[in-house]
Amino acid sequence: MAISLNVNGATHRIDADPATPLLYVLRNDLALNGAKFGCGLGQCGSCMVMVEGEAVLSCVTPIMLLEGREITTVEGLGTIEEPGPVQAAFIEMQAAQCGYCIPGMMMSAQALLQKNPAPSDEDIRNALSTNLCRCGTHMRILAAIRRAGEVMQSAGMTGTSRRTG
Amino acid sequence: MTDILEKGGITRRGVLAGAGALVVSFSLLSRSLAQEAAQPPAPEPPKLPGSLDENRFLDAWIRIDADGAITVFTGKAELGQGIRTALLQVAAEELDVGPGDIEFVTADTGRTPDEGFTAGSQSMQNSGTAIRHAAAQVREILFTEAARRFAVAPGELRAEGKAIVASDGRSVGYGELVSAQMLHIEARPQSSFKQPGTFRVMGKPLPRVDIPAKVTGGVAYVHDLRPEGMLHARVVRPPSPGARLTSLDANGVEAMPGVVSVIRDGSFLGVVSDGEWQAVAAMRALAAAARWEETATLPDQTDLPAVLQGLEREVGVVSESGSPAIGEGKTFEATFTRPYQIHGSIGPSCAVAQMEGERLTVWSHTQGVYPDREAIAEMLGMPLEQVRVIHMEGSGCYGHNGADDAAADAALIAQKLPGRPVRVQWMREQEHAWEPYGPAMLIKVRASLGGDGRISGWNYDLWSNTHSTRPGGAGALLAARHKEQSFTPETPELNISPSGNGDRNANPPYVLPNKRVLWHFLPDMPLRVSALRALGAYANVFAVESTMDELALAADADPVEFRLRHLDDPRARAVVELAAERFGWANAALPRGHGRGVGFARYKTLAAYLAVALEVEIERETGRVRVVRAVSAIDSGEVVNPDGIRNQTEGGILQSISWTLYEAVTFDDTRITSVDWSSYPILRFASVPDSVEVHIINRPGEPFLGTGEAAQGPAAAAIGNAIRNATGRRLHDLPFTRQRVRNAIGA
Repeated sequence: MAISLNVNGATHRIDADPATPLLYVLRNDLALNGAKFGCGLGQCGSCMVMVEGEAVLSCVTPIMLLEGREITTVEGLGTIEEPGPVQAAFIEMQAAQCGYCIPGMMMSAQALLQKNPAPSDEDIRNALSTNLCRCGTHMRILAAIRRAGEVMQSAGMTGTSRRTG
Repeated sequence: MTDILEKGGITRRGVLAGAGALVVSFSLLSRSLAQEAAQPPAPEPPKLPGSLDENRFLDAWIRIDADGAITVFTGKAELGQGIRTALLQVAAEELDVGPGDIEFVTADTGRTPDEGFTAGSQSMQNSGTAIRHAAAQVREILFTEAARRFAVAPGELRAEGKAIVASDGRSVGYGELVSAQMLHIEARPQSSFKQPGTFRVMGKPLPRVDIPAKVTGGVAYVHDLRPEGMLHARVVRPPSPGARLTSLDANGVEAMPGVVSVIRDGSFLGVVSDGEWQAVAAMRALAAAARWEETATLPDQTDLPAVLQGLEREVGVVSESGSPAIGEGKTFEATFTRPYQIHGSIGPSCAVAQMEGERLTVWSHTQGVYPDREAIAEMLGMPLEQVRVIHMEGSGCYGHNGADDAAADAALIAQKLPGRPVRVQWMREQEHAWEPYGPAMLIKVRASLGGDGRISGWNYDLWSNTHSTRPGGAGALLAARHKEQSFTPETPELNISPSGNGDRNANPPYVLPNKRVLWHFLPDMPLRVSALRALGAYANVFAVESTMDELALAADADPVEFRLRHLDDPRARAVVELAAERFGWANAALPRGHGRGVGFARYKTLAAYLAVALEVEIERETGRVRVVRAVSAIDSGEVVNPDGIRNQTEGGILQSISWTLYEAVTFDDTRITSVDWSSYPILRFASVPDSVEVHIINRPGEPFLGTGEAAQGPAAAAIGNAIRNATGRRLHDLPFTRQRVRNAIGA
């Protein structure tokens, strides 16, 4: 049975078991590396994506729930040549060690900043409550999100480097 | 067991004869063979700096092609610690080119030198030193050759844009200056380095070269490899360490959608599918279809001290001087414990392997491509030269995690399915239950204070397994242990070495005229253990520094001053003084419920110096401890990338906060019971500090000392000392859970 998924502005017909978690479709059918397998249990946040502006754990969300809904992965925030503000802030603050958890962190941050462009430190910590980092990059992750918020606020930006129309 | 499964241990359902889909060159094999053949028979070659001593030819490290392309090779691997960037800086500086001018190749048995493991914070010392010397000597060759051609003195030349330029404007490219033979020479013991004042790249916070791809969805990890025709495999591990597979009815699993093959080889069980989610579904069905005989092999975790003492078979003297017997005066005596703890990579281990004809290629986040190749070749009965292991980054490993085992899983399965690339991805519960843990430890300290306010006697006894069961032998690999023709792990041996193992940092860095430090060695390992970041240093520094604080109290001395009283190494004193000063130790008036503590160590007693002062807040009702701020000072020799040192040190402190406040493997008599992030909690954002500072003392001209493991021990000790400062109670058992803190303060 084919399901239609809207990922980063493009529509894809996916021929897969409707119970398949979105993560596996993103990584394998669509060859998107951003969302990561971390636990498959919704406990660590490394698979985080955005669905219509909300941070969603793609490892426990079956594609049957997502037909026609707008899905954004870290690839949808910008490119290596033209990074979006959250990506640029993570590069600027060097907010990664192994980097494996970082795309999930960025998607939680993006969802927060779209709703609340001037979050308090507590708001940021709350938005990252599901996300685990093992390298101990927490201080830089917090700093990068504060920085991204400042940039987005001053530029009146939506948080992606492309025009979303 | 079905007949068909016994024949070669494999069932096939449409195994495709895949074409060679992975395009990776083997062309350098001949190069490395040529090098081996050219090894001179000289009986006693001079000692060369760093890893040059084992890989002596300049072209093992640096190649310059006729078109000017520069390639630099390291046997070390990027583990998320930023080593690729730091080593690139060293190479660029001494070759006098930009970092972007260099293609940098990391650990690959087909291309790079054998530098053993990327471990022990030794990459800068070993590989950085080797690359620095090799690059400086190549630069000298280039300058000498250019001077000869231009008939001028080398001093009249300068490097610019991968070319040597003369003062009269004549210029010749690096590629035009060298031939392959010119760099195929042995390195010399001495090099003439660039002067720090002329540095263009070293000592600067060059942004990490790997971060842009990691934040934009590039192919950055072994998990992201997706070669044409790749199959997805999952293993079904036994339910407990002592379990044996007794029966399996795999018919239903073989009929599942997408399933290509069920693999059974002894107690090694796996399934291979076209699709990844199909492999997960099949893995679950296969687990349900397997019958195991389980044995209760695990010790009583409620009484680890007795368990560890009961396993003692041998005692090694780590350090001894004077007459350590405890005499008159004030004494302090305590027992400290550290539980089994996990590496806990956020991305469970993953590997890709492909058998093409007689050759096997494995992509792995192993810390040692050469030792891993040896183990895999032995497991599969293959000649070493037909196995190539290529490092491809994974999620941070922090030591010997499941990466080598995942590589073995992929290799074993790929051998049974020739032609197709096979990707093995471990599940979360497999990583938690099967990675080798950081060993539990027991430490007993008895120390005394003399009338002069100095430590007069020091007795230190630690009980621990080895902290390294890394590959080399096939028995180090889970797949090799579980397969029908099984391999057994090597029996670990007690070995007292300068850098230490379980006894790492057991010998205090302080002036102690009377001391005895013993390692009570436990060869039997009821739980599988190996290297976790800092090895024994984490618990030993915790115990030593807790004791130092208690002795300071007994001496009625300030903890910082008491440490300085016993430190004679000026570099040690400098980091303690700097951390204390920047923390504001002298004038710290803390709010109620807060406490402050300090911790210091020189990692391995011969590498980086690190001191940290920190402040904690304690909720009496819940027992919750949070580090509010931490201020550290580090001296890891000459600085190559200051931001890299800061990033690693921040990370070390934060990781240690997690280990120290939350982490312990749990088990019953048969099974591991901490198998996910709810049963094995770690640090979360709600509990991270408000600020973490890292102050670097640069030592230009001094050797690189490494950074990645300097902070873990001192941070743990500082937390314990801060809790003591806030509550008057000393905690001896890691981790300092809410329950333990509540019990200690009687809340």
